[in-house]
Amino acid sequence: MPQNEYMERFQKQHGRRLDHEERTRKRTAREAHHASEKAQNLRGLRAKLYQQKRHKEKIQMKKAIKQQEEKNVKSAEPAQPSSTPLPSYLLERSNTTNAKALSSAIKNKRAEKAAKFSVPLPKVRGISEAEMFKVVKTGKKTAKKSWKRMITKPTFVGPDFTRRPVKYERFIRPMGLRYKKANVTHPELGVTVQLPIISVKKNPQNPMYTQLGVLTKGTIIEVNVSELGLVTAGGKVVWGRWAQIANNPENDGCVNAVLLV
Amino acid sequence: MATVLPPPSKRQKTAAAARAREQVSPPPAAPEGTQRIQFRDADTGAAQGPVVSVSLADLSPKNLSLLLNSLLGNIDPADRLPYRFYNPFGDGGEFDQAEIIKRYQDGTSNTELQLDIPCRAEAVFKVKPVTRCSASISGHGASILATAFSPATSSKLATGSGDNTARIFDCETGTPQHTLKGHTGWVLAVAWSPDEGILATGSMDNTVRLWDPAKGKPLGGPLKGHTKWITSISWEPYHARDPGRPRLASASKDFTIRIWDAVSGHTDMALTGHKECVTCVKWGGSGWIYSASRDRTVKVWDVSRGTLVHTLNAHAHWVNHLALSTEFALRTGYFDHKGRKEAPDTVESRKQKAKERYDAALKTSGGTERLVSASDDCTMYLWEPSKSTKHIQRMVGHQKQINHVTFSADGVMIASAGFDNHVKLWQAKDGKFLYTLRGHVGAVYQCAFSPDSRLLVSGSKDTTLKAWDVRTGKLAENLPGHQDEVFAVDWAPDGERVGSGGQDKAVRIWRH
Repeated sequence: MPQNEYMERFQKQHGRRLDHEERTRKRTAREAHHASEKAQNLRGLRAKLYQQKRHKEKIQMKKAIKQQEEKNVKSAEPAQPSSTPLPSYLLERSNTTNAKALSSAIKNKRAEKAAKFSVPLPKVRGISEAEMFKVVKTGKKTAKKSWKRMITKPTFVGPDFTRRPVKYERFIRPMGLRYKKANVTHPELGVTVQLPIISVKKNPQNPMYTQLGVLTKGTIIEVNVSELGLVTAGGKVVWGRWAQIANNPENDGCVNAVLLV
Repeated sequence: MATVLPPPSKRQKTAAAARAREQVSPPPAAPEGTQRIQFRDADTGAAQGPVVSVSLADLSPKNLSLLLNSLLGNIDPADRLPYRFYNPFGDGGEFDQAEIIKRYQDGTSNTELQLDIPCRAEAVFKVKPVTRCSASISGHGASILATAFSPATSSKLATGSGDNTARIFDCETGTPQHTLKGHTGWVLAVAWSPDEGILATGSMDNTVRLWDPAKGKPLGGPLKGHTKWITSISWEPYHARDPGRPRLASASKDFTIRIWDAVSGHTDMALTGHKECVTCVKWGGSGWIYSASRDRTVKVWDVSRGTLVHTLNAHAHWVNHLALSTEFALRTGYFDHKGRKEAPDTVESRKQKAKERYDAALKTSGGTERLVSASDDCTMYLWEPSKSTKHIQRMVGHQKQINHVTFSADGVMIASAGFDNHVKLWQAKDGKFLYTLRGHVGAVYQCAFSPDSRLLVSGSKDTTLKAWDVRTGKLAENLPGHQDEVFAVDWAPDGERVGSGGQDKAVRIWRH
């Protein structure tokens, strides 16, 4: 027998006190009074700690009460399986409605023309050339004139890109900093999907960075939304859609973007 | 500044030259000679008219049609029927004059031998493809979940919606006519009785309600009995009903099918036996009810005794939809393509005409009702339940679940719409694959044949409707216009209009 279970052992051998039930009843009845007294009279850190504890208890109580109430309620109507009306042949099918909602939200947004040219990130921090480019000084020719540059930021390079011969390559875009995909969020729905990048449309820093495909915060990129199945009013598949990069890809190691709607 | 085109490359030049050379040579003239031909009915194989000799040059389908009409004694131009001819060499394709000439030239066929040309009379009226949206009627407060045209006329369209109402639209003026309020849940199914006298709606609130479509008033209270929502409604065929006692069958999520007396509003019987949601119910013309369920079976019930006749097991997943070869005749009852104008007056004559139309529809499907079932296991089965519980043909080809299947009005073809963005056409006789209609870029939810069976319209998740030419399997017309998914589409029995509705809450009427 473990040494600390002497009370249980005593109860098993001799039974409980005769007035045990009454004493526990009274103790629980007194609990509210104790709680109240403590709440009123404790001061300082003790009061703070007591309030915290009491707060947590109350949350648990409320949850329990709510659960109990829900159990008792008899619903008047059969719960409709989804909030949007669906024909009977689509009921109880696990469709992914995300892309669909995306499409209709975009359409609704387009109807109001106002927000056409506004972007989520209107201003970005300027990046100097010194920060963007590292001067390459390896090799005999380049060491002398140091005309070669390595881009220190993440870039997007098209799928059919081949490097120029080393002799003529002025800008090096390191393989490790190239990105093909972006995590694109729909701002109103909060749906995030990973989509392939098609092109870099505008780098606000410098038009040359746009040409080089540099991905910095605030850059507008074109992403391939064809897998979302968005369709125009004419029934054509929407292919490319613009998004703005919302994070610093060089710090995070991924490209997060917000869809422009 | 105008763009100057670059000079053609050598490849382009040689291609153009080759094309020019080809144009010079005249089309080969048909050789001299005559061919003995015998027209045969494509369905029954019965001889049509005597054996005749026709010169090879004159074997065009147009000439053959004229010849066949005169052989059958349809001399008056008004009596002439348009005929369609099929390949006499047995692969079921289109009749082709060039192939016969080719066979004659290379000696595989001989003009002395008799050629059996299968032919089939087509509908005397011709439905023009719908090309424009004649009306976009707003009014519903939520998505439209079901549409149905009146069996008599294309001017009345009933829709069921997610805003708990059904509406009847006047398509002549493009205005809402009646709002049928009463349901407390989405209206999932609408069905007109074949005499156009009653409209039945089934809802998420577990009830069926009956309405007078002319006045827009409810007929009695709700038909209560189901414990889950209604998925499908089917009326008793006009020729089979007791006078003054129309009945309807409703299928429900609660695994049962109930047969209601529309006048008294009581349940006649409840057909229980399915073990899952019943997805579709069809009332056949010979006293049987067919039901499809998510328990992977199709069950056949005898209405007069209320018993189960057959259970058709073959599907491996939910059965989504059923279609009957006689469905069009059953739906329109005694109304032919002329609608109300030539409908008979008395009940007996109406019944007789409905029976005649049903029998005519039976004839093309080999004298018995055929049934096709579409399923989530990406296949369809063709059944002939009155003969056997074994299927005639398993139809495979769809890449994803098949949602909707329908027979053409003349019972010659089957169209199936699937979630794989394709509509497929099949021969109803033997379930042979004909065409894939590609063009939709989203799941196709429903499709409907025109009453002359020459055209098909399909509605899709990609917000468009597309009209297809059934004969060639090509797109006849693209009908964009809906702002969102198209859930329901129907072609009016007189062929004038197509009605569609979907998630954008607007009912659209399309016409030529």
